[in-house]
Amino acid sequence: MVAKRIIPCLDVKEGRTVKGVNFVELKDVGDAVEMGKMYAMQGADELVYLDISATVEGRNTFTSLVERIAENINIPFTVGGGISTIDDAARLLGVGADKISINSAAVRNPALIDEIASKYGSQFVVLAIDAKKVGDKWLITTHGGRQLTERELFAWAHEGQERGAGEILLTSMDHDGVRSGYPCDLFARLCNELSIPVIASGGAGSVKDIVDVLSKGCADAALAASIFHYGDITIGDLKKELSRNGIKVRL
Amino acid sequence: MIAIIDYDTGNLRSVSNVLKRLGAEFCVTSDAAVIRAAEKVLLPGVGAAASAMQKLQERGLCQVLKELKQPVLGICVGMQIMCRSSEEGDVDCLGIFDTDVRRFTPCKEQGVKVPHMGWNSIENLRSSLFDGVENSAYVYFVHSYAPNLCDEAIATATNGCEFAAALAKDNFYGTQFHPEKSGDVGETILKNFIDL
Repeated sequence: MVAKRIIPCLDVKEGRTVKGVNFVELKDVGDAVEMGKMYAMQGADELVYLDISATVEGRNTFTSLVERIAENINIPFTVGGGISTIDDAARLLGVGADKISINSAAVRNPALIDEIASKYGSQFVVLAIDAKKVGDKWLITTHGGRQLTERELFAWAHEGQERGAGEILLTSMDHDGVRSGYPCDLFARLCNELSIPVIASGGAGSVKDIVDVLSKGCADAALAASIFHYGDITIGDLKKELSRNGIKVRL
Repeated sequence: MIAIIDYDTGNLRSVSNVLKRLGAEFCVTSDAAVIRAAEKVLLPGVGAAASAMQKLQERGLCQVLKELKQPVLGICVGMQIMCRSSEEGDVDCLGIFDTDVRRFTPCKEQGVKVPHMGWNSIENLRSSLFDGVENSAYVYFVHSYAPNLCDEAIATATNGCEFAAALAKDNFYGTQFHPEKSGDVGETILKNFIDL
């Protein structure tokens, strides 16, 4: 059985990593390649780089950054943000990305998942889903949580899996950035229903939150940003604690 | 000089990047003469075994590969096509390693997912390829098919069933995992290959 994965996420704007609390207040926390190397050294199992640049120039900067990341990092990494065509995916694969994550563009055009997966393999496609609880339903949002859709989370996750996504990266927009824990029931249900791995994102405020989502929540991996960026806890210490709690991790 | 065989099966970048980091001289080629003359040969590969075999055939490299006398390392699908056959596309392969490649059977109760993707530990290490690597070290896998256990296995791993995580026969080596993505452990293994 594979180990549960710990994945730091780095938001990138103009080649620098930033992290926003609730996506609003952005603070500069460092050089993207150096931070990635540091996390890899600490024992991160994978890295996710999200391009949050809004301009064409920013996009181009990101592509050359991905090339530098690939040259310097010896663990797998995923890139996402603004990928809306197979050409975007091909460009990032070409500079060395191991996986790409797609979000809003897949909601708009679900066939994009099939197209990328059939050409480059399911292992290359991570379907990122931002969900929000409305009444007693979990609905999909796009554009960083700003637009609510009528798509229901579980139906969409199943559809993504059928279309060829290799992993689901789920963020609860109600929990993201507030560091009060992941919605474990939600993750447990999704992991139980799907056969592909589920990465839990958004909400880690403590070691216990991550223990919970990987045990009670059954998630295959936990992705977090602030908790690592601000040095609240190192990945090495976190993994030791996970191991003490009987969770299989790579130490 | 290490020849990385380019037969159009996806990303050669990560393999060339790690060789660059390790300071090894290499070239990316599908030229038989260059491959024959190289000190070492790397056969990477992602995608399906049947299409990888076909692409190797189209470039007239099947026989060339089998006759190589210098150390050869196949990675992932590169290793699978060095086996006898693969269930993926039901294809006859190069037959260098005396084993067949089968698909994993998913099993929710045992936590067996297909594809087998992520970090898993390797056991029963027995090769100079693993000098400096301890039993139960973690390496990175991404695959749905794997070679059956056999006498040529130099490492094993378990995903529901036990399978050969690495193979060796004479000058031929293969890893089912991706050493180029397996952190420091992976770099040690590649360094050992370079130093063979």
